This record gives sequence, structure tokens and C-alpha cells, in this order.
Amino acid sequence: MTAIVSIKGLRKAYASGMEALKGVDLDIEEGEILALLGPNGAGKTTLISTICGITMPTSGSITVGGHDTLKGYRGARQLIGLVPQEISLEPFETVWSSVSFSRGLFGKRRDDAKIEAILRQLSLWDKRDAKTMELSGGMKRRVLIAKALSHEPRVLFLDEPTAGVDVELRKDMWETVAQLKADGVTIILTTHYIEEAEAIADRVGVISGGRLLLVEEKAALMQRMGRKTLSIELTEPLEEIPDSLGLYDLEFGPDKTSLLYTYDRNAERTGIARLIGDLTEAGIVLSDIATSQSSLEEIFVGLVKEDGA
Amino acid sequence: MNAGAIWAIYRFEMARFFRTMTQSFISPVISTSLYFVIFGTAIGSRIEEVDGLSYGAFIVPGLIMLSVIQQAISNGSFGIYFPKFIGTIYELLSAPVNFLEIVAGYVGAAATKALFIGLVILGTAAFFVDLSIAHPVAMIAFLLLTCLSFSLLGFIIGIWAGNFEQLQIVPLLIVTPLVFLGGAFYSLSMLPPIWQTITLFNPVVYLISGFRWAFFDQADLPILLSLFAITGFTAGCLGFVWWIFRTGWRLRD
Ligand SMILES: Nc1ncnc2c1ncn2[C@@H]1O[C@H](COP(=O)(O)OP(=O)(O)O)[C@@H](O)[C@H]1O
Ligand SMILES: [Mg+2]
Repeated sequence: MTAIVSIKGLRKAYASGMEALKGVDLDIEEGEILALLGPNGAGKTTLISTICGITMPTSGSITVGGHDTLKGYRGARQLIGLVPQEISLEPFETVWSSVSFSRGLFGKRRDDAKIEAILRQLSLWDKRDAKTMELSGGMKRRVLIAKALSHEPRVLFLDEPTAGVDVELRKDMWETVAQLKADGVTIILTTHYIEEAEAIADRVGVISGGRLLLVEEKAALMQRMGRKTLSIELTEPLEEIPDSLGLYDLEFGPDKTSLLYTYDRNAERTGIARLIGDLTEAGIVLSDIATSQSSLEEIFVGLVKEDGA
Repeated sequence: MNAGAIWAIYRFEMARFFRTMTQSFISPVISTSLYFVIFGTAIGSRIEEVDGLSYGAFIVPGLIMLSVIQQAISNGSFGIYFPKFIGTIYELLSAPVNFLEIVAGYVGAAATKALFIGLVILGTAAFFVDLSIAHPVAMIAFLLLTCLSFSLLGFIIGIWAGNFEQLQIVPLLIVTPLVFLGGAFYSLSMLPPIWQTITLFNPVVYLISGFRWAFFDQADLPILLSLFAITGFTAGCLGFVWWIFRTGWRLRD
């Protein structure tokens, strides 16, 4: 795999003195979907803005497709599409002219068929002659995506693309992202919705306080950090958990006919076998057992807490 | 060079202008007509000839300059301030364009609009007074350079301005007085000697004088001096814009 975006020792201090990035190193591989997770103010937007040329780095270097983003900004920016976090559109322009403008700005030859295809894919075709100010928030977000795609970028940045967007649109966007990935576009998205990263990312980066805490394959991350829950269905409800089972830290499920046992799947001993033995000994009859993986969200909250400690 | 970007910006800006065409057209026609009715006819009939010209004819070049300068500044400043204000500037900052291309697009469009207004006023003036233009090529050149340089100044103001008030304040407090005191409505020789000297620090004086020369083959100041002044002013503005984009002043954090 080759890195299409390569970031080395990137620092950014705003004029206010606020140090938003405190030395970020990151290689983004061509064709992957990378999700950047982090709480508000972590530096996600600053990172993206610096790669795209909207903010100036204080130190460090960035290359996109081998082009330095300062010295070779034309080559670098040519490859990049950006969907910003804030919705901003020329209010009096139509969808069509707004998207066509973006293509022109990137120096691409006029191609009405291409613009039509993008608008159709994003369900904007019917709205092509509408002024952008007449559109709903979700539709505006789609226009921003259409603008970013208009010049056929190789790398697409989506800064919280589904914030405040309804479920249907979110699904649509995920489909669009999957389609783009199939076309070989590298996608970097920031999000608050962990399930988004979980659903579509190949790798997940966790950023907090201007530092990239880790970047890992999503599956590996979940495995490494993953805690699992064993839920045990009982044939008869229990009044209370017997003292003999105290060391397992059991909890009741939604009602008293199930018990929940949380364990670290990577631990040498999960304790499951012994627990089942002890349950039988206590005279509790099981009807069923099931395991579930903890979500990225739980993993993420754990990581950020660790960082803060 | 990203010529496509220049064209995209230029077209986008001109589309805004054409959408409000009637308004863009009617307001200068009305205001110019009013100037002629008031200064040319009502007051002008009581003023003797100036430099051998009827007062109505004398004020035509200054009147055109007045509107063109105001239009150029307001178009130039609004064109770049608006994307900054609504946030769409992000696209410009992340596009593969250099400062000259951005300037060519925005300032080119602002200057075109100002030029159009200038020509409309010229046409309106021709209804009120007999006009003959002594040096048509020089007249057009002066008009073009004025449109360009003041659109550039407007562009700088638009980047500098942090709110709508600031956007209005420079044209209102500095430029309009300079234009009115720049000899639009009088000849420098009509002023007391001390004011004649002070006036020479007003850059607009050189413009109006040169422009008047293009019309009537007579001027307060040597034509080369006027040409030199307007060229220098344009170069100065361009240099400043180059510096803005190099440092990211008020554009990039
Ligand atoms: N233009 C700016 N000037 C000063 N500080 C800023 C600016 N933009 C962002 N910051 C600060 O930098 C930090 C990171 O912000 P941001 O990159 O927007 O985080 P995120 O996108 O992860 O929420 C925050 O503390 C924020 O207040
Ligand atoms: Mg953000």
C-alpha cells in the first residue's frame, strides 16, 4: 500500500496561542476509508483544514499524492475534494451553477454529463434549478458533497458529514461513500457518530487534545480494546444473585431472568467455563447464552478517558 | 495557469450582476440625470464657462469618474467579502489557484461592471450636453485603468473588512470625499493657491485631470503625470494583494 496523504510532525498553533495540533504523524493509504474520531475541539477540523490549504501549518509537512501542500499546492489540491463541517453555500445560486462553479474553479473542462451523474447519484437532479437557499439542511449537505466531487478528486475529506442529518440521508451518504471507495477514492471522514466509523471505515484514528492517540484497523482496534458481554438466559427468575457468585461481578439483564457477565476477550482466562460451573452448582438452570461485542463508542470513551488521566 | 478558474470566477460574478441588471442599469442613469439637472442646468446656468467649456460638459469626466470609482470599489469589495461572510471562501482557499487567478476573476468582473456603468453614464451624459472626445483611445485607457485599480482597492477592502460596517466605511469616509475634492466639479485653477498645493496629495486629482484631458485636450496637470499616477496606484494595489495572499492576512488562519 502506498500513502496518498502523508503527514509528518504537523503542529498548528492559532494566532490566539491555542495549540490545536501538537505534532501529528499520519499516513493515509490510497483507497482506504479512514474515520477520525474525537471529541469536540480535538483538532479534527484543524487537521483537515491544514491539509486542504485553508489554514497554514505552524511546522511539519504534508504531502498529497507526493505533492507538498505548500510548495506544490496546485498538484496537491487538484487531488482533494473537501466537504466542510459548516454548511456554506451561495444562497442565490442554483444547485447546478454552484456545482459547475466548483468544477471550473479546479480547472476542469466543463462536463455536463459528469455533473448530471453526480447530481443524480446524490438525489439532487430534481433540485438542479432550485436556489440553494430553498433547500433543506440535508439537501444543502448533499450539494456540498456534489461540489466536492465535481472535479473528480482522488482524496475526499468529509468533516462530520452526517451531523444533524436524518437517518435516510445518512444511509444514502454511506452508500455514496461505498460507491466512491469502489471507484478507488480515498476517504477521510470525521464523525461524532461512532456507528458511522463502525459501519464504513477500514481504519479508525482517535484524536484528542491535538494528538493522534492511535490509528488502527477497525477490526484490530475492536479486538484489542474489545470487551465482550456474555448474557445468560435463565429458565426461572432469580430474586438475587447468590453470594457464591460474588467474584464475577454479575449484573441483572433487563429483567431478572437474565444475567450479564462482562469479560475481556483477550484475557488469558475469560472465566466463562468456571462461571457456568459455579452457576450450575448454585442450582441455577440456564436456557440460553449469547455474547456481544462492545461498540467502538465504548472503546473510544475508554481511550479518551485514559488520555485525560 | 488555471485559466479555467479565472473564467469560472468571472462568470459566476457576472451572473450575479446580470441577475440584478435592471437595478445596476437604472440607478446610475437616474443619479447621473439628477446631477445634470442640478449641477449642469440649475446651478450650471449661473456658472460661467470653465476652461472654455460649458459647465455641463466640464463635469462629465468627473461625474463618470465619481460613479466608476464608487462602483468599482463596491463591486470589488463585495465580490470577495461575501464569500468570506457566508463561508464559501473555503472553496477558494482550497482550490488549485494562485492569487493572480483569484484576483483576475474577482477584480476582472468588478472592473467589467464598473466599466459598463461608466459607459452607461457616458451615454446618459450625451443626452444632456454636446460631447466630443478628443482622445478616444486615451479616454478608454483611463477608464479601464480606473475600473481596474479601484476594483483592486475594493478587493483589498473586502479582504480587510470584518463586518458590513467596515465594508462601507472606507468608501464613505475616504474615497467619496477624495473624489468630490478631486476636481470632479471644479477646476484646480478655481482654488486658492494653498489648496491647489494640498490638492496635489489627492490621487484622484490626477485621474480626473487625465480623464478630462482625454475628453477636452486640456487638463490641470500634465497627462504623463496622470498616467504615471494611475499606473503606480494600480501596481501598489497589486503588490498589496500579492502580500495578502503570501501571508494569508485576514484570509488564512
Ligand atoms: N480559527 C481559530 N482560531 C483559534 N482557535 C481555533 C480556531 N479554530 C479552532 N480553534 C481551536 O482549536 C481547537 C481544535 O478545534 P477544531 O479543529 O475545530 O476541533 P474539532 O473539529 O475536532 O471539533 C479548539 O480548541 C478550537 O477552539
Ligand atoms: Mg470540527
